Amino acid sequence: MNDSIDRPNDAESPEPGVRTPISTSSEWTFELIQKYDDAIAKCAAEFGLDTYPNQIEVITAEQMMDAYSSVGMPVGYNHWSFGKQFLQTSKGYQRGQMGLAYEIVINSNPCIAYLMEENTLPMQALVVAHASYGHNSFFKGNYLFRTWTDANAIIDYLVFARNYVSECEERHGIDAVEEILDSCHALMNYGVDRYKRPSPISADEEILRQQEREEYLQRRINDLWRTIPKPDEDDPVKRQPRYPSEPQENLLYFIEKNAPLLETWQRELVRIVRKLAQYFYPQRQTQVMNEGWASFWHYTLLHRLYEKGLVTDGFMLEFLQSHTSVVYQPPFNSPWYSGINPYTLGFSIYTDLRRMCEEPTDEDREWFPDIAGTDWLETLHFAMQNFKDESFILQYLSPKVMRDLKLFAIEDDDQENHYTVTAIHDESGYRTLREKLAGQYNLSYREPNIQIWNVDVRGDRSLTLRHIPVDHIPLGKETDEVLRHVHRLWGFDVFLETVDNGKVQNTHRCPPQIVDED
Amino acid sequence: MGMTHIVDRRLNGKNKSAVNRERFLRRYRHHIKKAVSEAVQRRSITDVERGEKVSIPAKDIQEPVFRHGAGGRREAVHPGNQEWVAGDTIAKPEGGAGQGQGEGQASPDGEGMDEFVFQITQEEFLEFLFDDLELPNLARKKLKDTESFSYVRAGFTSQGVPAKLDVVRSLRGAHARRLGLSGARKKKIRDLEAQLEVLKTAPDDLDPAFSHEDQIKALMDEIAELKANVKRIPFIDEIDLRYRQHQKQPKPATSAVMFCLMDVSGSMTQMHKDIAKRFFILLYMFLKKNYKKIDVVFIRHHTSAKEVTEEEFFYSRETGGTIVSSALKLMRKIIEERYSPDEWNIYAAQASDGDNWNDDSPACGKLLAEGILPQVQYYSYIEITPLDHQTLWYEYEKLMAEHPQSFAMQQIADPADIYPVFRKLFERKAA
Repeated sequence: MNDSIDRPNDAESPEPGVRTPISTSSEWTFELIQKYDDAIAKCAAEFGLDTYPNQIEVITAEQMMDAYSSVGMPVGYNHWSFGKQFLQTSKGYQRGQMGLAYEIVINSNPCIAYLMEENTLPMQALVVAHASYGHNSFFKGNYLFRTWTDANAIIDYLVFARNYVSECEERHGIDAVEEILDSCHALMNYGVDRYKRPSPISADEEILRQQEREEYLQRRINDLWRTIPKPDEDDPVKRQPRYPSEPQENLLYFIEKNAPLLETWQRELVRIVRKLAQYFYPQRQTQVMNEGWASFWHYTLLHRLYEKGLVTDGFMLEFLQSHTSVVYQPPFNSPWYSGINPYTLGFSIYTDLRRMCEEPTDEDREWFPDIAGTDWLETLHFAMQNFKDESFILQYLSPKVMRDLKLFAIEDDDQENHYTVTAIHDESGYRTLREKLAGQYNLSYREPNIQIWNVDVRGDRSLTLRHIPVDHIPLGKETDEVLRHVHRLWGFDVFLETVDNGKVQNTHRCPPQIVDED
Repeated sequence: MGMTHIVDRRLNGKNKSAVNRERFLRRYRHHIKKAVSEAVQRRSITDVERGEKVSIPAKDIQEPVFRHGAGGRREAVHPGNQEWVAGDTIAKPEGGAGQGQGEGQASPDGEGMDEFVFQITQEEFLEFLFDDLELPNLARKKLKDTESFSYVRAGFTSQGVPAKLDVVRSLRGAHARRLGLSGARKKKIRDLEAQLEVLKTAPDDLDPAFSHEDQIKALMDEIAELKANVKRIPFIDEIDLRYRQHQKQPKPATSAVMFCLMDVSGSMTQMHKDIAKRFFILLYMFLKKNYKKIDVVFIRHHTSAKEVTEEEFFYSRETGGTIVSSALKLMRKIIEERYSPDEWNIYAAQASDGDNWNDDSPACGKLLAEGILPQVQYYSYIEITPLDHQTLWYEYEKLMAEHPQSFAMQQIADPADIYPVFRKLFERKAA
């Protein structure tokens, strides 16, 4: 962290009681949003938030639904699944079951945030603080985003993708394109290298290199498949090396590069979906941190506005009401419970980090000797920049937060006819609880671990995937369905083996085997 | 930190999702068609003003991904512990699936819903209905256009396309102009000619400076110049041209009555009636575009005819033979009593399986030719049968030959065959 951070406590504070609020009405105007943004930007600078330039776009509720259904991409290619999303969103909205999110924010440079015109002024200010300064600084600072996404290039790339897809539709028909995209979407979560750093995306280069790549790709694939078995090789059967020699976790990448029958444009579509998967990958891994960070900052920044006398009591009341519902965590037995609210968890952790820095207790000194009593801004920035959800929780979830949320871990073993409480928010449970919760944010806890295992290069060209289960958790019911998509992309037989304890336990195949009855 | 740009995007198009929505409907068109078809059965034929709720089994629209299944051993952390301590056990609910409190992150759209329910708009509803009927695009457009206009004459204008040139008006204008421009000159010519006459007959003057010869010459020159002037007036000039002007005017509010005639004898099954219903809907929609007020009269018949409500018309069953003329007679009677052709545009649609008492068919032909066709705008007949025609069909064929403009008929095996019956009707309005 740099030292140039202004300390808000030193900043000029007007005399208490003297309030010259920016506005008193709750109707927003463009000038007022501009004024609030200026004020919030000043506060953000006091706290050293480093952001991309902001672009705030005011849109209608309908436009918000549009934005929603394209998973927040400002430009998206056309696909029925986005239409389904749209129908779902608009239905929920019309029935009043669901408020629209106040905001959508795009990880781009400039950072685009959408404000809904229906919002009141305090809500707009909240969104500006939350999205344009909270999320924005997270996008710019967090290592996963810095490594995986290129805020400068994303919009151009999306435009490129959209145009490419619609060109393909014209040339090859909507159905043909839809089929490939369906199949790619089924594998989208398996379209990233989790450990390797990807090459940055750039629309210009994509277009420039596309032709080159087309030729090159096709040539390479032909090379791979030209290997006709030579009869007089010394040990034709036994010494056949596997291909790929190491298991590959990026299924889409492997398919793009190696699927024998895909045409060039189909490979390009696989690539587009893969690149999008890569773009969304950091978001999937930093939900708690990102939402927590943005919530922490809208809370802190608006309180700072209040300290400066720039907003009224009424403004604060309305803001606090929204804030409270955003960070509300229903207990496990509530009908509204749907898992741990990432806003709550993240907000609680950051807030408690600040508390540990500013008012450390003995417990904090014992658990977090490196943090207790240190500079809170530096500590928070460090925590925001260098972790993802899993490691963030493992590193920073404090006993106090566990107590506040009354966390407990429960075990469900299909061998037992009861659940077991394995840890609760007490001295003996803190560490276990923290590990378990962190583990929950590991992607392989959420998604089965499936990798490319082998291609029968010299034989029937079949593709074998391997699933390594954790704690004997089997694959879901949709597995065969997904396999059909793999089969469509690969073009030859596809196997999926579940390997537990070094032994193949179970095999799915596509097309399904016809059982001979002889 | 750069300046923040605040942009008002509200006027940018909404409906960014329109294409995606359309893609969705396209993909699930079979489901939607089915829903529309069921709705058609359920709805009144005059009920075409709203969309429809469509429900698709959730399993048909899910996007599959690799997921964990039920079973195995899993641990999860939850908030809100009240009384438990480590080591406590909780009995699993009887028969509960292994899912338990397993994953906090269930499917994003699943949430235990078995059905994906959404609304299609009226426009989309009609589009699917028309697909069913295989209406050509022109006809679709005509039925769907919300505003209906007709062009009415609105005097004349000096500008327009050659096709709208009004020759008589233009020539009349030219004539008037010629008169206007030449009148004064012609009068002058007449005056001068009179002087000339006088001069020629008068005795010669002595003054050589004013010799008659000179004067006559001067007069004649002047007359010649005036005549040339008059001659130079064009016979027709651009400013004479008059074009007929037409103005768009909303269709006048006129009334139409639609007679639905259907055979409900035992041989007409529900399937027959469903096809007939589509036939009636189409006629109704056509009328709705062209008339402000529409009455619908339902007449069903077996051996005798009766005016009934729509509900009774489509859903009650009768048995027995068939005498078509009974319905025609009733229709004529109702026209006489309630729908004077001077005030009402009369349309009729008859559906039947072709059954009729042989003796009755010639009577039907006569009734139609003499009593009904002269009074109606259009009479359409569909025969829903895969079997050979009977006498009624042949009788009607004669009518068709005699009244090609107001009578149409078609044998129907499925809804797509209905449209040809209306083709002339649509074409007529297209012109």
